[in-house]
Amino acid sequence: MTGFVWWLRDSWEMVKRNLIHIRRTPELLLDVTLSPIMFVLLFSFVFGGAINVGSEGGEEASYINFLMAGIFVQTVAFAGIYTGVLLANDLQKGMIDRFRSLPMSQSAVLTGRTVTDLMRATLAVAIMWIVGMLVGFRPEGGLVGNFAAVGIMLLFGFALSWVGVAMGALVRTPEALQGIMFAVVFPLTFVSSAFVPTETMPNWMRIFAENQPMTHVVNAVRDLTLGTDLYAAELPSVIWSVAFLAAFFPLGLWLYRRRTTQ
Amino acid sequence: MIEAVGLHKSFGDTHALAGLDLDVAEGTILGVLGPNGAGKTTAVRVLTTLTRPDAGHATVAGIDVLRHPSEVRAKIGVAGQYAALDELLTGRENLRMVGRLYRVSTSDVRQRADELLERFELSDAADRTVKTYSGGMRRRLDLGAALMAQPPVIFLDEPTTGLDPKGRLSMWDLIAGLARSGTTVLMTTQYLEEADQLADDIVVIDHGRVIARGSADDLKRQVGGERLEITISDAPWLDLARTVLEALGEGPARVHEEERRVSVAVASHDGVLTRAIRELDAAGVHVDDIGFRRPTLDEVFLSLTGRGVVEPAEVEA
Repeated sequence: MTGFVWWLRDSWEMVKRNLIHIRRTPELLLDVTLSPIMFVLLFSFVFGGAINVGSEGGEEASYINFLMAGIFVQTVAFAGIYTGVLLANDLQKGMIDRFRSLPMSQSAVLTGRTVTDLMRATLAVAIMWIVGMLVGFRPEGGLVGNFAAVGIMLLFGFALSWVGVAMGALVRTPEALQGIMFAVVFPLTFVSSAFVPTETMPNWMRIFAENQPMTHVVNAVRDLTLGTDLYAAELPSVIWSVAFLAAFFPLGLWLYRRRTTQ
Repeated sequence: MIEAVGLHKSFGDTHALAGLDLDVAEGTILGVLGPNGAGKTTAVRVLTTLTRPDAGHATVAGIDVLRHPSEVRAKIGVAGQYAALDELLTGRENLRMVGRLYRVSTSDVRQRADELLERFELSDAADRTVKTYSGGMRRRLDLGAALMAQPPVIFLDEPTTGLDPKGRLSMWDLIAGLARSGTTVLMTTQYLEEADQLADDIVVIDHGRVIARGSADDLKRQVGGERLEITISDAPWLDLARTVLEALGEGPARVHEEERRVSVAVASHDGVLTRAIRELDAAGVHVDDIGFRRPTLDEVFLSLTGRGVVEPAEVEA
């Protein structure tokens, strides 16, 4: 068999291992099940009445329709970076030494990890979609638009998984990364178009907000799910994700190798 | 089967390996003996491709460790000081996963996992998660994982450290069985008894280099031959006992005041014991214990390095 087929098989072996972990400790799924549900409910009910997101054909536009793109992207972004926490966890245990001493494809440990986390993110998106619909989310982007929206957000999450891999290979403890994760991802989501239109932000902040990757991805998802085309953000959002992947896939691999070969 | 020449490895100012040479013949067990921090684990990590040395080269099963690490990995099994297992997988799942990653065929993986679980007395616990295993069970499963691909060379890094006596004996049985079936084994240990029991050859390492090598008997001969040793019942007689023994044996006597022990080298057994008892009795020395004793590897280490081997006190259940 060729190296590529072995790499696929080894990666699948790692995915199976991660799925068994999830089956035996279901609480590992709380961050992609319970938290997104809470965010959907809290934001739509608490802020829904107070935030004005413009008008649509004479009527005030629905906040839940505006909000969902933000919640989707925030959740997949957290799930992506969280890959690093799970990897840092693994690195503290002896199992990585076992993998390193086996004639397996060494990068499979990382692809198995990021692919599992892509599955976790998909589950989160599905749950949020259903809960969103229950509280008034009406995606009118059609089948193609909605699938494209899901594709764009999952691609972004997968790219951030590799950022997570690089960070996970750098930090000494998973707890440290958890701290960094909140300090970076929260400001990025709030200073973006995720929860409020950027128009009301002070000028300097608005310049940053409108040009950072999170906003592009949120806008693309929003346009596609709602069938509007206000921003034409699809292309920049995909470029951002591909750029993250191109930079952090090799960097993550290199940092992991360096960390495990002392 | 295993050859290392001039291995060097430093971590900052610490020279973990300082020109280590090793050579293990096919089908034999080499015991690598040394205290904590002597460089044993680093040596194993280099030979198992986990760590790159700063200098030197090594081959395992004829393959260059630095140039073809993944080919080396297909030929070796590793069981470490800390069992490298997945806690959330069952024993059987662990073995099967490792087998598949060794690229053993699917049908062989199932059969071999079952055989190893049976042989290592883990059949009853096979479908429980490793989290529930005792220390001894983990070590056995860890060794089982190392054997999934039936590799010709096995590395064991302190395979019994932290085990209770029962767990240790059962590991010894398994390791001795490996060598009988023709596997080449490199085993590190800080237990002198362990090296003595299992190894065909022993190297003693300290500060990252070999300071002595040979069979257990060779090493004991380096320290000197057999000794007559007595333990007396009261400390004030120590000097008297020393005078009596020095008249009987060869060279100066060794006195251990705290344990009230006196020993002296003897050339032969002929009549020495009876004479000793008679003369000690005549001198009025009350003897608790008397006998011939060959030197232990502990004494070998002491005479080579000027300090003893620190025995770890903790024993996990």
